[in-house]
Amino acid sequence: MTAIELDGLERRYGERVALAGVSARVEAGQTLAVLGANGAGKTTLLRVLAGLLRPHAGMARVLGAELPAETWKLHGRVGFLGHEPLLYRELSGRENLAYHARLHRLNGSRVEEALAAVGMERRADEPLRELSRGMVQRLAAARAVLHEPPLLLLDEPRAGLDPAAAELLEPLIGRASGRTRVLVTHDVEGALAEADVALGLKGGRQQFAGRPPRAERVRELYR
Amino acid sequence: MYAKGLKSLSIASVVAVAAALALVFFYAPLDADQGFVQKIFYVHVPMAIVALFGFVAGGVMAIKHLRSGDRTWDMRSYVAIHLSIILGVGVLATGAIWAKASWGHWWVWDEPVLVSFLVVFLLYCVYYPLRFSIDDPERQARYSSVFAIAAGAFVPLNFAAVRMAESFTHPRVLSQTGGDLPAEMRLTFLACLLAMALLFVTLWKLELTSKNASMQLKRLRAKLLAEADARAAA
Amino acid sequence: MIGAAVAILRKDLRLELRTKESVPAMSLFTVTCFVLFHFGLDRDSLDGELAAGVLWVTLLLAAVIGVTRLFAAEREQGGIDGLLLAPVDRTALFLAKGTALFVFLLALELVALPSFGLLLLGPDLRDALPELLLVLLMADLGLAAVGALTAALAAEARARELIVPLLLLPLLVPLLIAASQASEPLLRVSPSTEDLGRWLGLLALYDVVFLLLSIAVFDYLLED
Repeated sequence: MTAIELDGLERRYGERVALAGVSARVEAGQTLAVLGANGAGKTTLLRVLAGLLRPHAGMARVLGAELPAETWKLHGRVGFLGHEPLLYRELSGRENLAYHARLHRLNGSRVEEALAAVGMERRADEPLRELSRGMVQRLAAARAVLHEPPLLLLDEPRAGLDPAAAELLEPLIGRASGRTRVLVTHDVEGALAEADVALGLKGGRQQFAGRPPRAERVRELYR
Repeated sequence: MYAKGLKSLSIASVVAVAAALALVFFYAPLDADQGFVQKIFYVHVPMAIVALFGFVAGGVMAIKHLRSGDRTWDMRSYVAIHLSIILGVGVLATGAIWAKASWGHWWVWDEPVLVSFLVVFLLYCVYYPLRFSIDDPERQARYSSVFAIAAGAFVPLNFAAVRMAESFTHPRVLSQTGGDLPAEMRLTFLACLLAMALLFVTLWKLELTSKNASMQLKRLRAKLLAEADARAAA
Repeated sequence: MIGAAVAILRKDLRLELRTKESVPAMSLFTVTCFVLFHFGLDRDSLDGELAAGVLWVTLLLAAVIGVTRLFAAEREQGGIDGLLLAPVDRTALFLAKGTALFVFLLALELVALPSFGLLLLGPDLRDALPELLLVLLMADLGLAAVGALTAALAAEARARELIVPLLLLPLLVPLLIAASQASEPLLRVSPSTEDLGRWLGLLALYDVVFLLLSIAVFDYLLED
């Protein structure tokens, strides 16, 4: 089943182009790496795929839902791990995850499983503002996959993580998870190694999409 | 798109305004109590009525914008509200002049219509800071529309509330805004109302035409620049 | 949808209990305002019209503080995205925020009323308490609806702290009129319930209009 189908996707910010000519095809279980310099539109694309921003032109079908008409079909089926952890600093890890579990109508036991999976059981009751960046990121990852989404949208998921923590999260958000993933990262070599499909953006416009290209092509995006 | 009919509308407005002015100065009789100053009523009340309709119309257009997603409705809503706010300044100014001449004070709380208008005006003044403090153009349009709808619903509620309160403490004083006007005054009043309404619609169309034109110009310019860029890169 | 609204409400109440930001600030502001009025009006005791006016204007100004902070946790910490990605009806957010504000206002009034009775009110507060509570409840309902809508409208604006009072206060004029007119006979030296019905009627109308309106337009504030 095709997880993501994009054709000529466009998104404007007033008169400025945020995304243009974005076309790609990602099958279920594959990993799409989105590459480009800062401000190239990577985060915008991620948010469009999540259903948080609506496309202005072109075709976008994510998990069988036509965007923007059927955005509601995506709700609860996407796991989003962006720059913000989307967690409340004054609440504990357990309270945060319990809140998200309730929003997604999940069983309470999932919270305990998730806490164990990211190695945060012992410090689950401390408010987030007392935890380190890496621990918050682990909890954010737990939040992102709590509802077992078929699609993962990851924006620099390993930022702030030590190698041990990164390894801990592999089965949840890595290739091993078996989920369809869209990965935004500046770690070009790492991304190309993991990716089945690669998409390059420059100034919002797509430069290439398809089998991962050679490193020089990617470096052109940053020029 | 908007320019169609603008010429005939403008001519109609000019004629209507001229006719109304003529009636005000040469036809309508002098008021026994207030004298010449009472003639301000022919500007003040029609301005208020048209402004209020403008606000409510802005709300209706905002509903159309939200339901259709078509940004032209937001533009129409914005211009309607914008013009009504300007008229609102006029209403308050002429109201103050009338109050000074009739009761000796620049402001009176006795007149519920004037008082409600002040509140409505204060509310709509927030339209600009709200609108222009949101950077994303789409969101700006949507939020402005939500405001226009809430404010539009607020207008009748507010008038009802103020009238209820004032009729309690201050007995209704003015018969000028009531229905028992002598025939000549009523005719003059209606003529002024018509003229003001035509003027409003003409200005509305005029501003929309100008906005539309400058937007198209901007779009063409952007397109030309993009093409020039593409040619330079090739 | 109710389940989601309850979850969001519980989260907001828990946050408030832990951070103690909104309610204490609103309460402190209210008491300070009463002191200001004592000095500004140079009066030791108020009753009737003056009492009703001072009480309601102060409550509305305190409400502005609560409204400005209503979406603060989302902006500064949790983010709305988590909610938008979940299978949750957007109206649930409005219901939750509105109810939270309602609860905060009730908590505020638990402090404000006794303080008012102690500092400024001449007649005994207990004489007309049941009717006064009814007026407060109905006014709080309207305040909560309009407050939640205003908070959402101003959430994305750059000058949020300025826009909220400018937007909220004119919108509250009909509510202020109804509430203070209803309270005025209740706060007299010999309280009466004259005209209470008509002003409660206006309050009810206001509440219904703004509740329905807010529910109808709220979705448009969250989509993108």
